[in-house]
Amino acid sequence: MIHEGIGNFGHFAVILSFISSLIAAYGYYQMSRKEDILEVNQWRRFSRAVFFTHFGAVVAVVGTLFFIIINHYFEYYYAYDHSSLSMPTKYILACFWEGQEGSFLLWIFWHVLLGLVFIFANRQWEAPAMTVFMLVQAFLASMILGVVIPGLNVKIGSSPFILLRDAMSDAPIFKTQPNFIPEDGSGLNALLQNYWMVIHPPTLFLGYAATLVPFAFAIAGLWYRKYTEWIKPAMPWTLFAVFILGTGIIMGGVWAYETLNFGGYWNWDPVENGVYIPWLTLVAGLHTMLLARKNGTALKASLILVVSTFILVLYATFITRSGILGNASVHSFTDLGLSGQLLIYLLVFTFIAIVLMIREWKRIPSADAELAVYTREFWIFMGITVLGLAAFQVLVPTSIPVWNKIVELFGAVSNVAPPADQIEFYTQFQLWFFIVIAILSAVGQFFWWKRYESAKSLNWLVMPLLIALLLAALIASVAKVAEWQYIILLYAASFSLIVNGRILWMIIRNGYKLSGGAISHMGVALMLIGILFSSGYSKVVSLNMTGLMYSRGEDFTKDDNKENKENTLLWINEPTRMDKYIVTYKGKRAEVKGVPGYVDPKLLGSADVPFRAVATNPIEKEGKVYYQKGDTVRVYPENTYYEVEYRDEEGRVFTLYPRVQKNGEMGGYAISPDIQKEPRRDLYTFVNYDPGMAGEKKEWSKPEEFTAHKGDTLYLNDYVAVLDDVTRVTDIPGIVLTSSDAAVKANIRILGKTQEYIAQPTFVIKDRMVGQMSETINDLGLRVSFLNVNPATGEFTFGVSRTQKDFIILKAIEKPYINILWIGSIVMLIGFVISIFRWKR
Amino acid sequence: MKITHIIGIIVIVVAIAVIVSTTKDVSTYVTFKEAADMAASGKSTKVHVVGSLKKDATGNILEMSYQPEIDPNHFTFKLIDRDNKETIVVYDNPKPQDFERSEQVVVIGHMQNNEFIAEKILMKCPSKYQETEIKGTEKAGSQASL
Repeated sequence: MIHEGIGNFGHFAVILSFISSLIAAYGYYQMSRKEDILEVNQWRRFSRAVFFTHFGAVVAVVGTLFFIIINHYFEYYYAYDHSSLSMPTKYILACFWEGQEGSFLLWIFWHVLLGLVFIFANRQWEAPAMTVFMLVQAFLASMILGVVIPGLNVKIGSSPFILLRDAMSDAPIFKTQPNFIPEDGSGLNALLQNYWMVIHPPTLFLGYAATLVPFAFAIAGLWYRKYTEWIKPAMPWTLFAVFILGTGIIMGGVWAYETLNFGGYWNWDPVENGVYIPWLTLVAGLHTMLLARKNGTALKASLILVVSTFILVLYATFITRSGILGNASVHSFTDLGLSGQLLIYLLVFTFIAIVLMIREWKRIPSADAELAVYTREFWIFMGITVLGLAAFQVLVPTSIPVWNKIVELFGAVSNVAPPADQIEFYTQFQLWFFIVIAILSAVGQFFWWKRYESAKSLNWLVMPLLIALLLAALIASVAKVAEWQYIILLYAASFSLIVNGRILWMIIRNGYKLSGGAISHMGVALMLIGILFSSGYSKVVSLNMTGLMYSRGEDFTKDDNKENKENTLLWINEPTRMDKYIVTYKGKRAEVKGVPGYVDPKLLGSADVPFRAVATNPIEKEGKVYYQKGDTVRVYPENTYYEVEYRDEEGRVFTLYPRVQKNGEMGGYAISPDIQKEPRRDLYTFVNYDPGMAGEKKEWSKPEEFTAHKGDTLYLNDYVAVLDDVTRVTDIPGIVLTSSDAAVKANIRILGKTQEYIAQPTFVIKDRMVGQMSETINDLGLRVSFLNVNPATGEFTFGVSRTQKDFIILKAIEKPYINILWIGSIVMLIGFVISIFRWKR
Repeated sequence: MKITHIIGIIVIVVAIAVIVSTTKDVSTYVTFKEAADMAASGKSTKVHVVGSLKKDATGNILEMSYQPEIDPNHFTFKLIDRDNKETIVVYDNPKPQDFERSEQVVVIGHMQNNEFIAEKILMKCPSKYQETEIKGTEKAGSQASL
């Protein structure tokens, strides 16, 4: 049965949220224009009532979509497309915001919560700021409206409550069965089945949502002509936005590093740049706001930066969701037909902000005096200039696809593509910007806390300069940093670390409250050092060291074989030398709910549904039996782990389990690394290729027949084997044997290179029919079947087929001192939190 | 000259440098013929070529070669560009996992001796983000090979 009611309710709630946001925007607009206190209060009551209606409607939309997904109503396109029956509960959350509609909804939801806090925390600013808020909400709600304007045939928004049969009206099944409901959904893309998918998007969207508050304050300040008054109440909100957006960005980096197979934490993909640019401008805005509160010098800059941040967030949304990136990014959304709407959204707010800014520009106070070099203002201005340039440098190449589109609009052809090597391209600039930022964050702090009185007070900086020089020289020589650019970066970061550390020491004696800035700056300096080592000096470990030349062609051997020798092929159970390790691939492993670690898939027989399995033998770990033979267990068929054992020169042994995820319904594979974490470095390992996962069928040779008596020695495909025994069996899983049936099992011992294997093929006679159950030994690439029994002579006949042995292709990278990056990120975020508390009073 | 003016000039210089370097380092979307012409004229810039895979009527990829046991880092396939020109693409890395399912492929690299040496492959798998057909649930029953 199709549950139409719930979807209609959801759709109604969407429409209600859209209309209520428009009415609330109107109400708040009226309220902001009134002078009379009675009238103001009337409009306040009205607007708040509408806002709460809007709040309720949004909660209803969210709740309805959850209800549909949790109850597996696959007649709804959203549930069908993003979830499946076997999906663990925690990923239900993730599939809620996997789709475009859901992520808009998440964004709307955060706005509503922030608006609620805002109403009570910043009552004086309620009217103008909430006008902006509700206008933004109206635009966002229109994205999920899914309404066709009659007559015009224009569709506004894409509803998450659309039925599958309407979404895929071309599918032939609906012609014959209009009420068809699929039994299962197509599930969440394997790449996204991950706890980071549960926490990263909400954090990032909260960060996006939070940038609206400083924007709303800035617009309100311009509108009310309270040019400086908005700064103070906007301060904690701005810090909050910087903090949350920063956390979201770092989480994305950790996700990319730990689970996605980026081989690193930052790829300079347009989608990543889209959050990085507004974060930089907001950090710059934060610094000018600190100045603007003291005097008028930085007011205009603050307004510009805060407004640009919000516009850049909209721009990022536009480029990632309009499909404009097309060939430039692999992980942008496909076009839902919203690009026009998104463009209008972007242009409306850019227009409003620019018009207000131009109207008020002359009246905004500004300092006429020339910036003196020995002032805090000068150094902070220098800092924000560099931050702005850094943002600009990322913005220009990221916008190339947009540029191409604009040129196409005018009929010309532009075929400019983003830089081919993005990491190298961006790094060559960002490296220098951040060298300067590190230096300025130190000098700026000095001028902020130590008043410059004479040339003598500059002596304060001499000591840190010398200590940093020593420190950088020490680190460079111990860690063998040879490139001059990196040595300069190291020196700049050490200098920032020491100056900010010294200032921290000075101010912390008067309480921690003012320490946020120094701590954040130290965090940035540490991050820079961590990035320097982990990116600049990461080393490919999995070089082909077998001594085997795969090819002597010029393509293969040039550049010291570098081009193509960064992967190692590992045959199963064949120890291979790789750098300073002996590495052994020990086979595929599965995951079983309730059992720690990983389980040999041989212990798991298939059951009625893909995500369940029957234990063919007791499952035990370290002496504890978790499941008995025949128990049904919960498995995760999409995950395959590869047991890879490393043994180093000192005899130390560790095992890594890199993973490949397969999404059966949707196809596709996702590679995840496993990381050996050590204080001084990470060893990063992932499986690049496995013939089985890539869908290649094993090809077996034609069986060769062998005849033997009990105790005979056989030669199976170069291996010596002994037929130890043939015994009668009464119990075969999956088959019911009656008294008239018979089954025998052979016990063949095969001597492999490193260990013995037992093959137990079975010969069954059931209901006068003969059956053979063969046994496959993947390690040896052998399959043995029991072909015949000759009771007269006591001879047994076996068939042996051969195939290629299992193997994987593995890549391993060493990332030195990456922990400094993570520690630095945490230190930076702690600094933001301290500042938020300081500004909240 | 005021110090703000000097800084202003520096900012403008840096901004111009950024734009110039972007236009210098950007790649272009070209066809194989254009890529070959560029390589022949001695330009070493990397280019993007958008194309589709050579497939037979049933969707199997033709003329693709990957023999990991010989060299896990050598993968070649044929790509048909906008002008319907077929060219062999050489990718000195393991075969990307989703390759069979991709429809449109963007290769980034350069031409060399009538072959395109790809350094990066971007794949567009329509099904990765959007389902195109509806399947019922296939239940994997227990199988006994009798």
